[in-house]
Parts: sequence; structure tokens; C-alpha cells
Amino acid sequence: MTAPRVFVPRDATACALGADRVAEAIVAAAADRGIELVLIRNGSRGAFWLEPLVEVETTAGRVAFGPVDVDAVPGLFEAGFPGDTDHALALGQVTGIDWLASQQRLTFARAGWTDPLSLDDYRAQGGYVGLARALDLSSQQIVDEVKESGLRGRGGAAFPTGIKWQTVLDAPGQRKFIVCNADEGDSGTFADRLLMESDPYQLIEGMTIAGLAVGAQEGFIYLRSEYPHCKAVLTEALARAERAGYLGEDVCGSGQRFRIELRIGAGAYICGEETSLLDSLEGKRGLVRFKPPLPAIEGLLGLPTVVNNVLSLGAVSTILADGASHYRDFGSGRSRGTLTVQLAGNIKRGGLVEVPFGLSLRDLVMGYGGGTASGRPARAIQVGGPLGSYLPEALWDTPLDYEALAEAGGMLGHGGVVVFDDTVDMAQQARFAMEFCAVESCGKCTPCRVGSARGVEVIDRLIAGRDRARDLKVLDDLCDTMVDGSLCAMGGLTPYPVRSALKHFPEDFG
Amino acid sequence: MSAAVSLQEIVEAAVEASRDRIGALLPALHAIQDKLGHVPPDAVPMIANALNLSRAEVHGVISFYHDFRTEPPGEHTVQLCRAEACQAMGSRELERHARQKLGVSFGQTTPDGLLTLEPVYCLGNCACAPSIRINDEVHARVSPARFDELIAGLEAAE
Repeated sequence: MTAPRVFVPRDATACALGADRVAEAIVAAAADRGIELVLIRNGSRGAFWLEPLVEVETTAGRVAFGPVDVDAVPGLFEAGFPGDTDHALALGQVTGIDWLASQQRLTFARAGWTDPLSLDDYRAQGGYVGLARALDLSSQQIVDEVKESGLRGRGGAAFPTGIKWQTVLDAPGQRKFIVCNADEGDSGTFADRLLMESDPYQLIEGMTIAGLAVGAQEGFIYLRSEYPHCKAVLTEALARAERAGYLGEDVCGSGQRFRIELRIGAGAYICGEETSLLDSLEGKRGLVRFKPPLPAIEGLLGLPTVVNNVLSLGAVSTILADGASHYRDFGSGRSRGTLTVQLAGNIKRGGLVEVPFGLSLRDLVMGYGGGTASGRPARAIQVGGPLGSYLPEALWDTPLDYEALAEAGGMLGHGGVVVFDDTVDMAQQARFAMEFCAVESCGKCTPCRVGSARGVEVIDRLIAGRDRARDLKVLDDLCDTMVDGSLCAMGGLTPYPVRSALKHFPEDFG
Repeated sequence: MSAAVSLQEIVEAAVEASRDRIGALLPALHAIQDKLGHVPPDAVPMIANALNLSRAEVHGVISFYHDFRTEPPGEHTVQLCRAEACQAMGSRELERHARQKLGVSFGQTTPDGLLTLEPVYCLGNCACAPSIRINDEVHARVSPARFDELIAGLEAAE
């Protein structure tokens, strides 16, 4: 009989909850008891409320335990772990956990099942099928496939990916670039991180396909410095992919060249904006550029450049592997494929939820999320990161897709959903939106750079309540100026959380 | 060997490792800061010279990004997440507690040199907030009491 395989995730959240110590404790406890086991550090499934989620491979499938802390390890072994046990932390078959089983995992299908660094695991679960297919297609055929899938950019702006690729393919020039925007700065989001830490080859494969599609030989992953675990995984995954011939001078023996370089940011939210990111990659201050020219025409070093989010590039692997129609068949309206949302903030069952578009915010937060962590009534939900609106309960039945949310005055953005309970002071949240903009503005345009600083002051005066009518007018005026006069979404969208807080929760403002 | 010579060597090694890359300045600054904990003002003209940039360009980049420091930090760097998901779970209270407990504000180092306190805007650990990062380790659901434990751990390791 072979030693049982035991899985303890290596993802940053699992580790933040003690997964490294749990893994050590399991190895030590097994050694003490003379039990043989093979420990594997898998990726996370994104069910962060159950982390550290320990799994054991059995003939019937993977059996899960969670959340497991160090103190629980001896008790688990006493109850029969890693064999059959009815320990209180036993969750049964991992495929039977409803929170996971009811999801529609496309992009995150492999997350948690595999050792993220194992190419064998990746290939065994459908990895590199998409690239093999892409190598048999012409550039135009690959671009057509992505267009047909209906994939829209997952970074926040939701621009059709295939159209962007077509522009780069059609742009003249020999030297082109693929840039992956992994500067996931929105609070309440961690989908990019989870994908990169739990299934990094999917991104690497997607970027390679993108390179074939537009004729680019050089790729960059611009990763934020706040993700040290991710940096470690990507560094190793890139080295292994290169050694295995998936990257380099001769990708899979096709004669095509494609390399990827990992670049680390330096703590600047604005570098998630694509033109600012390009300036940063060029070694400059991350200042936002005027558009046009679009990066697809004049991007990195002024050359044609695809800039895509991690999830968009990851989805390309799936689209090429399973076909455009398979992907397009998920979703509603113009929002195709699956929706990746991240349940965060004051939430009982937080984590990554991948479902077809169209689920309501309420079903998501109350169903998957189980309500607040504090047990108090939820009061406001911010969707779409720090530039997204705060939505009151009256708007929670809005379906989650790009168009429906926009109609409700919100935006889906990168899919962050941050829940606040009834202790929240919405005036302080509005103030923070302006403060954050003041801290993170690149400084290029006045409405953003100066408007945000003035915004903090006006909101402070509103809270103090000296001349409410006048200050409301000033704030409104200021918001108009920022929306109309800012070069990018930083200054242009900061008024959304501010105005939504004021509109839906006026009682909190002085 | 004088200190100035050794700084020159560090700068040269950092620049050499990145010279052929697009946008060599950022990787070079990271390499210097990884080595020294900060980018000393004396390094600026050396970097500028090595990369054929103006001193203003180098200074501009150092001052633009939150990560780059021009002063040596404490032995440990403690980052408190100030972003919305952590606010929803009490990070404002944690921030007050941390400032009071350590007697420093953001950007400052404790008098004993043990740690530097910094703000951070999201560690991507938003489902298990509030989060802090100590060096390269992220910690989840950090209550004020848990914060004290973690700091005591750093003190005990001295």
C-alpha cells in the first residue's frame, strides 16, 4: 500500500491562517506515530473561510478537513487521520462541499486540485491543450477564436479581448509585446493572486497563446510587490516552463520564440492603470499616458502591445482548449463566460466564487457569503474595488453583470465585493475614497491630484456640519470636475464611492 | 575598504544585472534596496551615471513609489492594510492600537530600531481581514490582541 497523499495549501491566505505551521505539524505528528504520508503543498480552492483546508487522497476521492489549525492536528491523528475519521473538522468529500460544488469553475477548475508548480499535474488536468491547438492555427484563427468566445477584459474595463488582439495583430512592426497586468490593487480582490499562486501555468500558457496570436516574442508579467508568495511561485513556474520547452527560443519545437520576464512593482496603485504600468515597466514614474494612441498601437517602448489582466489571459487557455462556443455558452446578455467574484470584508464565508453571470448580489452575499462575519446586519456593499459605488440594500437584487450593474450606478470592475455591517460610518468611507485618491494619484492631472485633497477637506467640513448646503454644493461641483476632467479612472471614478455614500446613506454625513 | 567604495560596488552590481533589460532602473533600485534596506541618497548620482539618466529622473522614480526608502528601516517592516475590506473588519481600530502600542506613526521606526510601521493598500488577503504583513509573511484576522502577540514574537526573537 502506498503512503497516503495529504494536501495543505501554500496559497498566501492559507499561509496567513497558519498553513505552513499546520503542514509542519502534520509531518511531525505522522513521524511521531510512525505513519507514512506524502505531503503536497497544493494551491487553494479559494474557499478561504475553510482555510487551512487539509485534504487526503482516498480511493473514493479527496476527503477534506477544515479549517485546521496547529492545535487541531494531534486530535485529528488520534481520531484516525489520515485514514477514515469522523473528527469534528471532517468535511467529507471535497466535491461534496456545496459552496464549491455549486460553482461553475472554468478559470479556477484546477485551483486546489494540483501542486501549482507541477507541470505533470497541469498537463494531467487539461493544461497545455490550448497551446497545442494554437500552434496548429494561424494568428488570425487564434484571434478569431478569442473574438467568438465573447471574452471581455477581466481587469475592470471589460473591453473585448479579441478586438484588442486584432489591433495588435494588424499593427505594423516586427517587435510586439504581451504584458500581463498583475498589479491587482483593488481592495477586496484576490482572484489574480489565487490564479497565479494556484495555477500559474494557465497564465503562462495564455500569454504564450497571446504571443502566437499577435506575433509577439516577449512577454512581461507586472506583479505588485505586495504579493511575495506569488512572486516565489511565478519565478519557479517560469523557470520550469522554460526548462520544459514551453517558453524560450523554440516553443514546443514549433520554431516560435516566446519568453516571459517577471517584473515587480514598487507599491503604486496607479500602476494597475495600463498606460501607467507601461511607463513603470520602462523604468519611469508610473504616470498615466494620454490615449490615443492606444497601447495596442503604441505601448511598451512605443511598440504594439497587448495589455491584459491575469484572468483574461488565463481564460484564453480554456477558450483555446475547449473552443470558443463552450466558453460563450456561459453567461447572460453581453457578459459571456463565467463571473469571478471575490467575497471580502465583513463576510462569514469569504473567498473566490466563479459562477455564470447573472447571479444577484444578494444571493451571492447571503447565499455563498452567509451574511456578515460579525453577525450584525449588512448595511453597504462596495462592488468593483475602491473606485466602485457603495450599494445599499435596495440595490442588492441587481444581477451581477457588466451592464446591469452599470444601470444601478455601480460597476463590476475586477469583481471585488466588500461587505460592511451596520457599524460602518459611510461619511468616513467617502472620506477614505478621496484620501486614497490623494495618496495614490500619479499627479499628472489637476482634478485628480488636487481635487482629491480638496475632497477630503470638504467631507471633513460636511461631517463637522458648519455650512452643509454650501459644502454639499462644493463637493458636487468637485466630483463633476473630477469625473469630467481626469485623464484616467483614478480621478474619474473616485467620485462614485463618494457620491453613492452620500446619496444612499445621507444620514451619516453630519 | 571605505563605505563609499562599497556602495559604488553595490550600485554597479545592481545596474549590471539589469542593464540589458527594458526599464533597468526599477529592477536596479529593487536590487539595491534588497541589499541595503534602502536606497541611500549617495547612490542616486551613481545610479544616474551608470544608467545614463539624470539625477532628477532617478530621484523622481524613488520618490514616486511607496516601496523605495531613502532612510534605513528598522530590523522588521510591519505593514498594516488600510484598504476597505480590512476597514470592514476593524483595521481603523487596529491602526490606532498599533500606533499607540508602538509609539510611532506610519513611516516611522521604533526608537529601539526593531521595526518600521508602514501603511499598505491591500495585501490580497481580503476574505480574512484585517491583514498585516511582517517582512514577507502575511497574517490574517489580526485583532489588536493578535497584533500584540506578533510584536511580542519579534521582540522575543531579539
